[in-house]
Amino acid sequence: MSDRLRDKLNILADAAKYDVSCSSSGSNRKNTNKGLGNGHQSGICHTYTEDGRCVSLLKILLTNHCIFDCAYCVSRRSNDIERAAFTVDEVVELTMNFYRRNYIEGLFLSSGIFKNADFTMERLLRVVKKLRLEQNYNGYIHLKTIPGASDELITEAGLYVDRMSINLEMPTETGLKLLAPEKSHQDVIKPLGFVKNQIVQFKEEKKLIKSVPKFVPAGQSTQMVIGATPETDKEIMYTAANFYKSFSLKRVYYSGYIPISNDSRMPILGTQPPLLRENRLYQTDWLMRFYGFDVRELLNDNNPHLDTDIDPKLSWALRNMHHFPIDINTADYQMILRVPGIGVGSAQKIVQARKFGKLYIHQLKKIGIAYNRAKHFITCTDSPYQLKDFQSHQIKGFILAESQSKYLKTPNEQLLLF
Amino acid sequence: MIYIFDGSLEGMLTSVFEWFERKPGLTKLVAKERYQPDAFSESFEILTDRTKADRVWKGLTKRLDRDWMRKIYCAYLSEKHEVHQNIFDLCAYIFQNPAGAEKNYGNAQVLNIAQTARKVEREKHRMEAFIRFQKTADHIFYCGIDPDFNVIPLLVNHFKNRYADQQWMIYDIKRHYGIFYNLQTVDEIEMDIDVDLLKKSNQHMLDEQEVLYADLWKNYFKSTNIAVRKNTKLHTQHVPKRYWKYLTEKL
Ligand code: SF4
Repeated sequence: MSDRLRDKLNILADAAKYDVSCSSSGSNRKNTNKGLGNGHQSGICHTYTEDGRCVSLLKILLTNHCIFDCAYCVSRRSNDIERAAFTVDEVVELTMNFYRRNYIEGLFLSSGIFKNADFTMERLLRVVKKLRLEQNYNGYIHLKTIPGASDELITEAGLYVDRMSINLEMPTETGLKLLAPEKSHQDVIKPLGFVKNQIVQFKEEKKLIKSVPKFVPAGQSTQMVIGATPETDKEIMYTAANFYKSFSLKRVYYSGYIPISNDSRMPILGTQPPLLRENRLYQTDWLMRFYGFDVRELLNDNNPHLDTDIDPKLSWALRNMHHFPIDINTADYQMILRVPGIGVGSAQKIVQARKFGKLYIHQLKKIGIAYNRAKHFITCTDSPYQLKDFQSHQIKGFILAESQSKYLKTPNEQLLLF
Repeated sequence: MIYIFDGSLEGMLTSVFEWFERKPGLTKLVAKERYQPDAFSESFEILTDRTKADRVWKGLTKRLDRDWMRKIYCAYLSEKHEVHQNIFDLCAYIFQNPAGAEKNYGNAQVLNIAQTARKVEREKHRMEAFIRFQKTADHIFYCGIDPDFNVIPLLVNHFKNRYADQQWMIYDIKRHYGIFYNLQTVDEIEMDIDVDLLKKSNQHMLDEQEVLYADLWKNYFKSTNIAVRKNTKLHTQHVPKRYWKYLTEKL
């Protein structure tokens, strides 16, 4: 029996790994009645894969049988692979036993669609209910919603899970139609909108009546596959910005396409996944969420693609040299945040510290800013007098020269990233 | 001026008290066991005094919020060589300046404590992530650790809240003490043997399902990897090699 279980785990974890989300954050679910587990507000990564991705949740499919044939998916029905399905009890046992050993923060459960959407969703719901109601399990649960599942099932699931997600898959409708003619963005938009409204409604009710249960406390997320279809970075990030806004998403994930077939509509087997591009998209995502940038400042008709040689924050600064240099001792917090080489933590420290007196270079360095990068964009009390103004391309040259030499010291394979 | 103290937290706090009584100017704190008399500087021996130490601690809590008190406690748990001096200097700075002085990240003492505390918090967080319990034949979930800093006191709440329905034990092999949860309370324990459950000869001490789940976990870890994305540098950045010995999936 353990051999079969191991085989199933291998197949169904392997099929689930293309969902890159592994976040366990955003839930402060309490451990009630001396049960097992609780939420951790900022999440915990219990280990990291050899490709450096966080492993926080037991991420598996209930089954990889599927009636659909999406070209970008390993589980598509036309793919000749081994199929497997867990029983409800097997998923529950695995989750409980992994959790008890502190291997994981919780369960990320998804599934291929067998028979129909409701049939699949109902099965997923059974796992979730069994964990919560019979096992008194209070750890994290992330459930993928099955497109087309009924509102009733989705609402019921929302009472037990921490996060729900449903993937856009392709950044544009055209891209999706090309690779999965049976699907449309509408299939995603409808449940995202429905769950968002439910979240708002439950929150409102909870304000009035304390006993109203939590509903998807860690919110919703989605994922787009990058590089399977020919969208620009601008198209991708505008879609992301739009979904953040319309559905109050907690996260949008960008997953560089990993070739899984020789389908002529997509990059062929052996093509390197676009890891650098993926990284730049995440950086842009962070700038939008934590640094107060509007997506249109970072990407627009003149700049539909992110630079590959420098990060998007530096790109923006170099395109907008008329804002710089700023005086660290007087500039707005929002402006300090925009300086390349200064992160959120350092910006906050700077604003606190300067109340006690003017700041000097050595203090900025100690606070932890990347001074060699930032120095082109700031002045502080003892900044050396600049004889001439450098042009953007010269500054870019200085910064690249410096980071180049740093990268040359790292092993060769890592260079591929840059 | 040199203050010779007994090396304890209370001794250090007493030193702060004595310093404000006397204001001798720049003062170096030296633990008694390390003190070597030198002819050029004056020295003064501190007699650790509970009441004086308490008064200093209370004084601090009046000036600093909980966050900052925790920073000081964390810095103390770092067991760093110079940490007593650092906390001493910080106290002197805090008491000599108007309220809010701890926000001055331009000040070396403030930054020093904040940064040390951060390192300790990071290791605490890593322990919360990297501890791997093994279920023993008598149903105790056990894990031995040897962290760089003395983080066990910081782990109690997290594990107690989370694993309320199972008995567990976390043991610091290097510092020879641990904590044990008996389904009611968490108690400090000391053992004379160090149970290395990973040793083959100790396997009879494990629950019969332990090997199965450890094995399934290793399999899971392998299956969830995406080979073409391999990035060893990033991997070891997140999981420094010195922690690998804790990890079931790395064994
Ligand atoms: S419906 Fe989901 S599981 Fe099925 S082929 Fe499409 S993406 Fe894959």
